[in-house]
Amino acid sequence: MANGGKTLEIRTSPHILSGYSVDTIMFNVVLALLPVTGFAVFAFGLAGLLTLSVALASCVLTEHLICRAAGKPSTIGDWSVTITGLLYGLTLPPSLPLWMVAAGGVIGVALGKALFGGLGYNTFNPALVGRAVLQAAFPVAMTSWIPGFGAGRFSSLPLSTLTLPFTAPEYDAITSATPLALWKFSREATATSDLAMGFISGSAGETSSVLILLGGVYLIARNMMNWRIPASIFATVFVFSGALHLVDPTRYASPVFMLFSGGLMLGAMFMATDMVGSPMTARGCYLYGALIAVVTIVIRTWGGLPEGVMYAILLGNAVTPHLDRWTRPTVYGAKGKEAAT
Amino acid sequence: MRPMRLLGLKTFRHGVHPPESKDETSGLPIRQFPFAPLLIVPLVQHMGAPSIPVVEEGQEVQRGQRIARPDGFMSVSMHAPASGLVRRVALAPSISGRMVPAVYLEPFPGSTQEIEDGTPCPLEATPEEIIAAIQDAGVVGLGGAAFPTHVKLKIPEGKFVDTLIINGVECEPFLTTDHRVMLEESRDIFTGIRYLLKVTGAENVIIAVEANKADAAEHLRETFPSDLNGSVEVLQVKYPQGAEKMLFSALLGREVPSRGLPLDIHALCCNVATTAQVGQLLPRGRGIQERVITVTGPAVKRKGNYRIPIGTPLRFLLEHVGVADDVNRVFLGGPMMGAAAPSLEISITKGTSGVTAFTDTAAERTHSPVYPCIRCGYCVDACPIFLDPALLGKLAATEQFSTMTDEHHLMDCFECGSCSFVCPSHIPLVQRFRAAKAAVRKSKAGAA
Ligand code: SF4
Ligand code: SF4
Repeated sequence: MANGGKTLEIRTSPHILSGYSVDTIMFNVVLALLPVTGFAVFAFGLAGLLTLSVALASCVLTEHLICRAAGKPSTIGDWSVTITGLLYGLTLPPSLPLWMVAAGGVIGVALGKALFGGLGYNTFNPALVGRAVLQAAFPVAMTSWIPGFGAGRFSSLPLSTLTLPFTAPEYDAITSATPLALWKFSREATATSDLAMGFISGSAGETSSVLILLGGVYLIARNMMNWRIPASIFATVFVFSGALHLVDPTRYASPVFMLFSGGLMLGAMFMATDMVGSPMTARGCYLYGALIAVVTIVIRTWGGLPEGVMYAILLGNAVTPHLDRWTRPTVYGAKGKEAAT
Repeated sequence: MRPMRLLGLKTFRHGVHPPESKDETSGLPIRQFPFAPLLIVPLVQHMGAPSIPVVEEGQEVQRGQRIARPDGFMSVSMHAPASGLVRRVALAPSISGRMVPAVYLEPFPGSTQEIEDGTPCPLEATPEEIIAAIQDAGVVGLGGAAFPTHVKLKIPEGKFVDTLIINGVECEPFLTTDHRVMLEESRDIFTGIRYLLKVTGAENVIIAVEANKADAAEHLRETFPSDLNGSVEVLQVKYPQGAEKMLFSALLGREVPSRGLPLDIHALCCNVATTAQVGQLLPRGRGIQERVITVTGPAVKRKGNYRIPIGTPLRFLLEHVGVADDVNRVFLGGPMMGAAAPSLEISITKGTSGVTAFTDTAAERTHSPVYPCIRCGYCVDACPIFLDPALLGKLAATEQFSTMTDEHHLMDCFECGSCSFVCPSHIPLVQRFRAAKAAVRKSKAGAA
């Protein structure tokens, strides 16, 4: 007969699952990052390739070794640290000395992720933690940019890349300012088409907005990214900077420029949306996006730095638990209960 | 809250979209299932007190004859599913894993199995008489909960019902029982509705059908009696649309108060197959001795919709339809809320809406590794009660039960399983909530 002497499995319902799993989601995020990663290598040549490889390797190895040291199975198979490594690499100036790249990767994963308890417990985005530490420790190196599409980019490296650890990097004459710095310090606007396509200088992955959007749209279509967060960031940036621009176009950059310059695209699409650090309720996501947008514009406009997305997202991560609490929806039937009693 | 509409179809907020898996059986007409050589009729098939047997070992009974009487108001009658010989009145295994009292009935081989009609309860009877007749016919909610129907229909003094909702949503994947009943037994459904309207005093009836059963909705619209005040509403396909609370949100824009009853919002909901039973049994003075179930799932060879005698052992049922050798999980009901059968020795009861059997391969998806919560928010977006399953799951893991109930509305969870279904970390959320609720009830009972 059916099932001979075999025992039936007894589990409680539900007996089917959606088929989504952490590793498939994370793997798809990696896929979505590949176009912009490829573009970064294309734009910055060997320097870009080395920066991204060292960033990725330092993050993945750190997680693997920490797991081993703790006597636990390695968690690199869930792909989350691969995302961290790629994102971290994409936020760095491509000419950054490689030892700094490695140091930031180790610190980001060790301090930003492992110390909090690993995946799911990391309050802050580990990629941004690594970058923030570097920004504080090496402000000059972190703001020295080489322009993309240099002639010899596939055959030679910038002088700074192979700087020995703990020595000051030397720079070629060819470093150049990012569009945000150009605006901030000399009120010089960059053409929108150059911004969107990525023909500018900047971090490895801050350059091609179009490819970043493409990756984001893919994830949103697969329900692996909360669309409310980038939507809220973009809308708020547009409205807020648009209002400022209307008041005084010579002092305040245009909203389109604000949207397409710096790390906003990459940050809004791939870092603010990191599930672990962002709110879970719909209203929480809108508020979180708006907060990140406002802080970014404020830093860019009135702060000492040309770019503020990173700090804005870290701040957003910090308030996420509160946002979740404040925006908790009313439970079904709770209203009637209050009315009845 | 206003009812939500998408593409013109009403629905509730949140919920999930499991694969429907209904195509293989939705087109198959209801077929009569043969009598097993031994029927085991449990005397606890409903929520409430066990029925009291009125037959003895060795007694011959007629199909449809009453074999147990209700023990108080929260109980119903039971009827013989076949003409035959009462072998034993003894304990039998049940879906809960506990042994329950049951009547073991051996059908007479070769009997024509005619059903004996009793005293009809006409539509002209008083509401009290109809309620008594429904209790006597042994009618319970056939959607799965098996709550005695007459109890639900008894409207307390001072309360009233304005809208009667007939639930033909059947949002549970795989099941096509209600779908077939709506297509094949619409006359009984409308007769049943007349009885229910009479008892409840409701002015209006809404038959709710999900969009994946458009043919059933169409058929009911065509046959809708012109003198009945009501409509057929097609709802968006979404789980758990068939839960009462979700129906009230979708159709009326009303929320049942927490810990309250549908009566508090002047609504009443009755499953469509239950309604058809009322319409079929009362005019003939009969009791329930069979019901329609869907037998389906990847492991079942001859899937279908069957009219099956109550008390048919699961083993006989599966032998008859044929199952794959590597079958390893059998559920009574569908995969979202159905209960796993602890053994094949239990029998089909009034609350069994279907039998779903899975093989090893189909089961793989629930064997996936458990990850930490990544705060993806899928569960928050899924919960139709607007709870925070992620937070509740964490609290449950550390057994902070009082925080769960007092601050996070644990007791409002109705265990639909949507949160567990979507969780990419495969955290057994609803499973933890069930355990937590049981622990809370136990400590309350201990304290009282
Ligand atoms: S099982 Fe409970 S917590 Fe989970 S989705 Fe359903 S009602 Fe919400
Ligand atoms: S679905 Fe699972 S992983 Fe996602 S927030 Fe809920 S509990 Fe956490």
